[in-house]
Amino acid sequence: MPEIKLTIAPGTFKALEKPPYAAGTVQSATGKVWQVPAELTTADKFGIFRCRTSSFRDNYKVEPGLYAIGQPGGASDIIVTANYKYSFDVVRHALKGMSAWILVLDTKGINVWCAAGKGTFGTAELIKRMSLVHLEKLSERKTIILPQLGAVGVSAHEVRKATGFRVVYGPVHAKDLKAFISAGYKATKEMRTMEFTITNRMALVPMEVIPMLKKYPFFALIALLAFGLEPSGILFKSALGGGLPFLAFGLGSIFTGAALTPALLPFIPARSFAAKGWIMGVVGTGLLMSVFPHFNPILLGITLLFFPMASSYIALQFTGSTTFTGMSGVNKELKTSIPIYLVSVAVSVLLLIVYKIIEWRIL
Amino acid sequence: MKYLSKVASLKLNAQKCVGCGMCLEVCPHNVLRMEGRKAVIADLDGCMECGACMTNCAFGAITVNKGVGCAAAIINSILYGGEPSCDCSGGKNGDSCC
Ligand code: SF4
Ligand code: SF4
Repeated sequence: MPEIKLTIAPGTFKALEKPPYAAGTVQSATGKVWQVPAELTTADKFGIFRCRTSSFRDNYKVEPGLYAIGQPGGASDIIVTANYKYSFDVVRHALKGMSAWILVLDTKGINVWCAAGKGTFGTAELIKRMSLVHLEKLSERKTIILPQLGAVGVSAHEVRKATGFRVVYGPVHAKDLKAFISAGYKATKEMRTMEFTITNRMALVPMEVIPMLKKYPFFALIALLAFGLEPSGILFKSALGGGLPFLAFGLGSIFTGAALTPALLPFIPARSFAAKGWIMGVVGTGLLMSVFPHFNPILLGITLLFFPMASSYIALQFTGSTTFTGMSGVNKELKTSIPIYLVSVAVSVLLLIVYKIIEWRIL
Repeated sequence: MKYLSKVASLKLNAQKCVGCGMCLEVCPHNVLRMEGRKAVIADLDGCMECGACMTNCAFGAITVNKGVGCAAAIINSILYGGEPSCDCSGGKNGDSCC
């Protein structure tokens, strides 16, 4: 394919070379603009799948600027999104069959919601990007459609003051864009609401469990050392014999805190995440204890104190992935729970020392 | 799903409110409602303190202590200083958070 060199509106895009996701160009009032298809390639779809199921992807970006879908003109809708390729792909796919402009802000490859929280999907970047692509010359509509979650970073009245453009907040999810537009730019209550369904939560579980499993070897090492340490040295047999139940309890806490609590979130009594995690931790530890029935009373104390608490701490981390926990609430939880965690750890260590002293018959 | 009760820092000054309805449009949790020609806080416990309503009220009628409701972010800000922010790019899905 011959390389296309274009006379493009200044600032429309930095790269004159065709981006891989562009199909061709369309003529606009300000010059040529890359046209992108609404159909996603297999690679795009795989990218979406990965973004939804695994961790956030670094460097999955598109070039900020203006793009065309279909054959838009001066009266066409202008949809604003982030330059995280996932966001861009979801938006262009949602506009299938339409002719519209897509204005991509430079959010450093971060999705709308997070970028709006940080302020990169924000008033200043929006105003700058609008002027770079000469949106005022391109559009007779003087209206732009933003994703609703962008409102966290963008102030509609300030944009209007600076550019004369009216900001309309579209639905939370791009998939509702067409319905929103055909309803005369009206969103239903459902389109406006951020849900947190069981599917959403289950998709997040691996991201909670994996970081904890990475920390698990440290815990396992300490537990094995603590049990294996004998006056005559570190004994493998006592390490395994005494340590095994603790290794199981540790895994149990990860499971109840990082998987069970998120999955059953609305069904666990108490609103506090620390409390929810602790409740699930008690249940989990209790069930596991029936597997290891012969327990020394001191070890029993440690088990009941430490493992539900670990589950509680792990569950508290899930506040970062929810769509409904606020900072004041998390602050409040941390203020009460962190001292409890510290004391529980200290007491557990003390009890373990007492246990070892008795075991070694030092006293 | 609701988080802790009566802790959200959201405040609405009815005197400044002109009833334009913008805050209702941007709130992702239906926290606000129109009552007559004023917006009112209908569900304080539903507020996640995202700040969208405050940023988009042209009349300065809403204040909220905007921030991230994420334990790891807040713990990091206590340990290392600075505002809590969701900079932990190794996590969270692209759909709802970072
Ligand atoms: S945006 Fe401000 S002025 Fe408009 S209804 Fe809400 S509080 Fe009232
Ligand atoms: S801060 Fe966010 S969640 Fe709370 S009322 Fe405002 S828009 Fe709604």
